[in-house]
Amino acid sequence: MKKLINDPKSVVDESVQGFGLAHADLVSVNPDPLFVTRSGAPVPGKVGLLSGGGSGHEPLHAGYVGIGMLDAAVPGAVFTSPTPDQILPATLAVDSGAGVVHIVKNYTGDVLNFEMAAELAEAEGVQVRTVLVNDDVAVEDSLYTAGRRGVGGTVLVEKIAGAAAERGDGLDAVTEIGRRVNANVRTMGVALAACTVPHAGVPSFELADNEVEIGIGIHGEPGRHRIAMENADSITERLLAPVLADLQLQSGEKVLLFVNGMGGTPLSELYIVYRHAAAVLAEAGLVIERSLVGNYITALEMQGCSISVLRLDDELTALWDAPVNTAALRWGI
Amino acid sequence: MRTTLDTEWAIAWLQAAADAVAEHRVELSELDRAIGDGDHGENLDRGFSAIAAKLREEAPATPGAAFKLAAMTLMSKVGGAAGPLYGTAFLRAATAVGEATELDPVLLAGALTAARDGVVLRGKAEPGDKTMVDAWTPAVDAAKSAVAAGADVTSVLAAAAAAAEAGATATDPLTARKGRASYLGERSAGHRDPGAASSALILRAAADTA
Repeated sequence: MKKLINDPKSVVDESVQGFGLAHADLVSVNPDPLFVTRSGAPVPGKVGLLSGGGSGHEPLHAGYVGIGMLDAAVPGAVFTSPTPDQILPATLAVDSGAGVVHIVKNYTGDVLNFEMAAELAEAEGVQVRTVLVNDDVAVEDSLYTAGRRGVGGTVLVEKIAGAAAERGDGLDAVTEIGRRVNANVRTMGVALAACTVPHAGVPSFELADNEVEIGIGIHGEPGRHRIAMENADSITERLLAPVLADLQLQSGEKVLLFVNGMGGTPLSELYIVYRHAAAVLAEAGLVIERSLVGNYITALEMQGCSISVLRLDDELTALWDAPVNTAALRWGI
Repeated sequence: MRTTLDTEWAIAWLQAAADAVAEHRVELSELDRAIGDGDHGENLDRGFSAIAAKLREEAPATPGAAFKLAAMTLMSKVGGAAGPLYGTAFLRAATAVGEATELDPVLLAGALTAARDGVVLRGKAEPGDKTMVDAWTPAVDAAKSAVAAGADVTSVLAAAAAAAEAGATATDPLTARKGRASYLGERSAGHRDPGAASSALILRAAADTA
C-alpha cells in the first residue's frame, strides 16, 4: 500500500499543520494539545460550536471551522477519539461566555471522552450542551448495541446549527436546532473497497472484486450485509429504501438530498448515484429543495458513498442557505 | 502476612501493569481486531508507558496520589473508550483512599469497588454485556468475600486477580451489547473481550506486587 506520507506516526500532526497554513485566513492551529479554532475566536456573545473525532474523515471536522459553522475542531488519531485534554482547552478557547455546544458522533469512545471534557469544562464555569449525532440506519438502534453511528448527517448538523449560532441563537436554541436536524436525517452507506489506516498498513477488511458491503460505517467497520456487485441504480435503491422507511416521509414533504463520497470514489460516480436517488425521491412524491454532492465525510481512501436524506422545514432551509465560509463549504459570502 | 499496602506498592503495581500491558500489547490488539478496531493494545501501552515514565520522574507521596497520576495520564494519552474508562477507575480509587498512606483490606476492597462503580457509571455497561465490567465485578465480589473472611491484603488481591481472570475467560461465548463490538451482534460471540482481558492483566499485576 502506497501512501503520500512521511511517517505513519506524524500523519495527523503534519496534515493539520498543512491545513492551518493553507487556510490561515480562516483558522488557527493549536499544536499541543492539537485543536483548530476559527480565526478571532471566541466571537463575542456568540455560542461556541465545537466538534471533533478521529482523523481520517477529512474535510470533517477542521474543514468546517469558520464563519457560519464550527468555532473549533478537535482531531484525534486516525479513527480514534480525541482526549479530554484536547477537548477541554478547545472548549475554553471558543467560549465567549454564551456557552459551547459539542457535536459528537455516536461512538463509545467519542461519547466518553466528550462527556469527561464537558464535565471538566462545567467545573471551570463553561456551560456545555451536547448534540449527539446518530443517523446511520445500518445499525439497529436497540438496547443491545451501542446505538446508531454518527455518519453523513454530521455535516448537516454542523452547517445548520452553525448558522443558528451565527445568527445569535442562545445555547439552548442552538442545541435544539442541532438535535432537530439529527432527528430528521438518516443515512446509509456502501463500500466497494476498504481503506488502509496508515499505522496498520493493511486494509481494514477484505472485499472480493465482485462484492460490496452494504451499511458500511466510516471506519471500515462491518455493515448490514455483503452482496454481489450490482449497478449504481440498484445500489442506490438499496441505500435509499431503509433511509426512507425510517424517516416515514409523506408525499409532498421537502428534503435535502446529500450524496457523500467516502474518499476513493470519483465525483462522476457520485453524480450517477445522485441522478437515480433524485428519481426515486421524485417518484415517492418528495420535493428535493436542496442538495449536496461530494466528499464531505470520508473514510480515508475507501471506495463507496453514503446517501443522507434530511426532512426540511422553512427554518432549517433558511439556516442551510445562510452564509458559510470554511475550507470545505463556502457560499453566500 | 502483610497487614497493609503502602505507596511503594502502588508505584510497583503501576510499573508492573505497564510491563504486563507492553508484554501483551500485540495479543490485546489481536483480540480487539477480531471484534473491534484493533488498537486496544497500542492505546493502552501508550498510556501505561507514559505512567511508568512519569513515575520515574517523580514519586507520588501516597497511594491515592499514584492512582490520580495514573488516572490523569490514561485520560490524556489513551483515547478511545479505554482511556476514559480506566481513567475513571483510577480516579475513583484515588478518591476512595483519600490521603491514606497505608491501605488495609477494607480500604483496599473499597478502592476496588469504587473503581468498578466508576467504570459502570461511565460506560453504562452491566455484567454480561461483554465488557471490562465482566472482569471487574467478579474481582470486586471476590475481594469483598476475602475481606469478610478475614484475609490479609495479599490474599484479597490474589482473590480479585483470579476472579478477574475467570471473568475475562467467561466473556468468550457472550454477545457484545456495548462498545464497537456490539455492531457485530452475534458475530462477537467466540472472542474474548479485550477490555476484560486487559483488566485481568492489570489486577494480576496488583496481586503480584503485593
